[in-house]
Amino acid sequence: MKKIARASFFPVLAVMLALLIGAVLILIQGKNPVLAYGFLLQGALGNKGAIAETLVKATPLIFTGLAVTLAYRCGVFNIGAEGQLLLGALGATWAAIYLEVPAFLVLPVSLLAGFLAGGLWGAIPGYLKAKRGLNEIINTILLNYVAIQVVSYFVTGPMKEPPGYFPQSAQVPQAAWLDKILIGTRLHSGLILGLVFAAVVYYFLFHTTYGFSVRLVGTNRDAAEYGGINVPRNFVLAMLLSGGLAGLAGSVEILGVRHRLMNGIASGYGFDGIAVALLGNLHPVGVVIASVFFGVLRTGANTMQRAVGIPASVVGIIQALVIFFVVAAATLKDPSLLRLGRREKGEDKAC
Amino acid sequence: MVTSLLVMKGIVKRFPGLLANDNIDFEVAPGEVHALLGENGAGKSTLMNILSGLYVPDAGEILLRGKRVTITSPKEAIELGIGMVHQHFMLIPAMTAAENIILGLRSPKEPWLGLAEAETRIRALSERYGLSVNPRTKVSELSVGEQQRVELLKALYRDADLLILDEPTAVLTPEEAESLFAIIHRLAGEGATVIFISHKLKEVMRISDRVTILRHGRIIGTVVTAEATSAQLATMMVGREVLFEAFPKSGGGSTVMAVKNVTYVTAEGKKALEGVSFDLRESEVVGIAGVDGNGQSQLARIVTGLLPPASGRIELLGQDMTGKTADCFIRAGVAHIPEDRNKMGLSGDMSIAENLVFKSIDQPPFSSLKGFRLHHAQVREHALKLAGEYDIRSAGVNTFCRNLSGGNRQKVILARELSQTPVVLVAVHPTRGLDVGATDFIHRQIIDARDSGCAVLLISSDLDEVLRLSDRILCIYEGKIMAELSGKEPDLERIGLLMAGKGAEE
Repeated sequence: MKKIARASFFPVLAVMLALLIGAVLILIQGKNPVLAYGFLLQGALGNKGAIAETLVKATPLIFTGLAVTLAYRCGVFNIGAEGQLLLGALGATWAAIYLEVPAFLVLPVSLLAGFLAGGLWGAIPGYLKAKRGLNEIINTILLNYVAIQVVSYFVTGPMKEPPGYFPQSAQVPQAAWLDKILIGTRLHSGLILGLVFAAVVYYFLFHTTYGFSVRLVGTNRDAAEYGGINVPRNFVLAMLLSGGLAGLAGSVEILGVRHRLMNGIASGYGFDGIAVALLGNLHPVGVVIASVFFGVLRTGANTMQRAVGIPASVVGIIQALVIFFVVAAATLKDPSLLRLGRREKGEDKAC
Repeated sequence: MVTSLLVMKGIVKRFPGLLANDNIDFEVAPGEVHALLGENGAGKSTLMNILSGLYVPDAGEILLRGKRVTITSPKEAIELGIGMVHQHFMLIPAMTAAENIILGLRSPKEPWLGLAEAETRIRALSERYGLSVNPRTKVSELSVGEQQRVELLKALYRDADLLILDEPTAVLTPEEAESLFAIIHRLAGEGATVIFISHKLKEVMRISDRVTILRHGRIIGTVVTAEATSAQLATMMVGREVLFEAFPKSGGGSTVMAVKNVTYVTAEGKKALEGVSFDLRESEVVGIAGVDGNGQSQLARIVTGLLPPASGRIELLGQDMTGKTADCFIRAGVAHIPEDRNKMGLSGDMSIAENLVFKSIDQPPFSSLKGFRLHHAQVREHALKLAGEYDIRSAGVNTFCRNLSGGNRQKVILARELSQTPVVLVAVHPTRGLDVGATDFIHRQIIDARDSGCAVLLISSDLDEVLRLSDRILCIYEGKIMAELSGKEPDLERIGLLMAGKGAEE
């Protein structure tokens, strides 16, 4: 209990501060922040449909948040969940439409294809970091743009739907759809899958020796090497799994909501996954909670805009502030981050 | 009578668990080359860091040109004409020599950089002191010796007339060192004063006018170099205070590990190890005595599989281990107390329990299903047992290691390494920075391991430690084993000379 309170202190504080500054911004526009936030909550949680929509938005975030968490735990900063999500969406769509497998296998095979496509896309920067020492931050960011173009190529070319009017793929067969779990809403079983994967990632990180190695590499690379752990292999493994999880985000978005591949399908879920992971304290349980929070912001923003006349982009500012404060809190927890240079100097001269 | 340029009086500097400078009086005359001689950890660098504003002393005063000064930052030191050239250069590789030299200074013709004027001045300084460097060359394209000259120019450009060189030859090839000595003579000839930090007797004898010897944070004495002998300086440097009772020595059994003709060349092309050969025997401690930076780091990494040697062979129980991974060495029973416990030996953001098993996590009882499933209960039980045996004091075994004191951190490492009943234990600076109690405890554990059959390679720059524990002593200097001595009543003066690179032939 105490542990939970300690773990959630800074994230909650960060959210509070972000909402407070958001309120000031709303005030500056001459609107009532209490009213605005009220409508935001109402739009996100006011009725069954709203709650369902919030969870629909939270579902891909759970996957991308887990993706960023897993890589981060290995000391790899994966900024490429957006691109891995797109590749996963592409892989899942392709498998669902073109692979000829028995009907009951279409869904699992599509998910697997999405996982693999995202995973291999993530393994590229993982491999480059492991074998060539190239910075994964830059490579994952750049591969996002490549992924956008790859999807664009497929939906305007090889996978364009038969009549060929729109840049989008054909609809995936119904057998590949994720079931609706709440009648009259868009909420689908991808949410359950997300929760299952949160449990799997938790088990992997904290109850397997592979997860142990990943965490050792992530907390101290030199100690891992000294402990006989193959550090490069862990980088590749972490990025493969991380990319795979992001790929699943894209897969469930396709198989649960959109049912076809088109441009712009990632809609920032990959980038928000970074925020979700950080706000969630890089822990699967935290990721789930943070995903729902971001789902609330995404869903409620429009209601707020309609009702009070505040641009929905205020929500974007709040999201950015949350990240800002979470990162600031990280330096509070470990003040040495603020004076890295001095500390290093002090350490090797002390003896 | 010449008045002193610099007087440091009663300087005291404490670090947690360490008295680095204990009431130091130090005086430098203008225009002299003054060497500061002492082993690692003697307090030389601390004293000079105080002078250059990196540390603030806990007590004492500094008089410069007869005036009392307080130096609280490197900037103030530079304004007073004190320039320090650190062992690790502080240059930006992507910028040219001239750009590095003017970095941080106000240009006289802002907002323009005034690079041309700077280059003219740099060329003039180069000429005057014989520091040939092309100001337009990028630092990344300069040799190590040239980079050092850029550092010197940086200080001179800021009108420093008291130059502190912190072990300047450590990174240089012999040829580069020669030209550095020429430069130092020239600097002194032009009226600059040089403080030269070193632990190499040969250099000190060669270059300095006077020598001040430090040991364990205290001044042992200041002598005029011309009136002293190497042997005298060596004894002053090494000295010896008996703090602990001695252990009975052991004769050793059959050979466990054989190191054959091992050579290692660093990325900069410096020979870190040259033709190193020795045996480690059962129930025996072999101590490597030497001043830091003479190849010990590389040697420790090579015999634990963390670094492949450039040439030579490592045999363990008759089997060739050369080029095998660190994992293979661990499996074969080679334990390692690493040089830098925080950087390498532990993961500060993991718990004591996790740190105690990270080398054996894939084995029962800590995991099952071929090392897939982790068993927290067993890991915890193991930790509780070891915490008791090794007296690891903490708020509990789930405490993160970064919250432990240095002594307790080292005990975690020791417990992990010895609980696997190793065949070979490589212990590098096992008690560096620890208090007397922890030091004694760790020494006893090492001797216990020896007595139960373990072959121990002890690498330490603390000579007291080497003498106390070793059954045989090898002296290392510039990557070469200079001599082997028996651990029973070794000749201290000879070890001092060998460590400082003298007297191998005698």
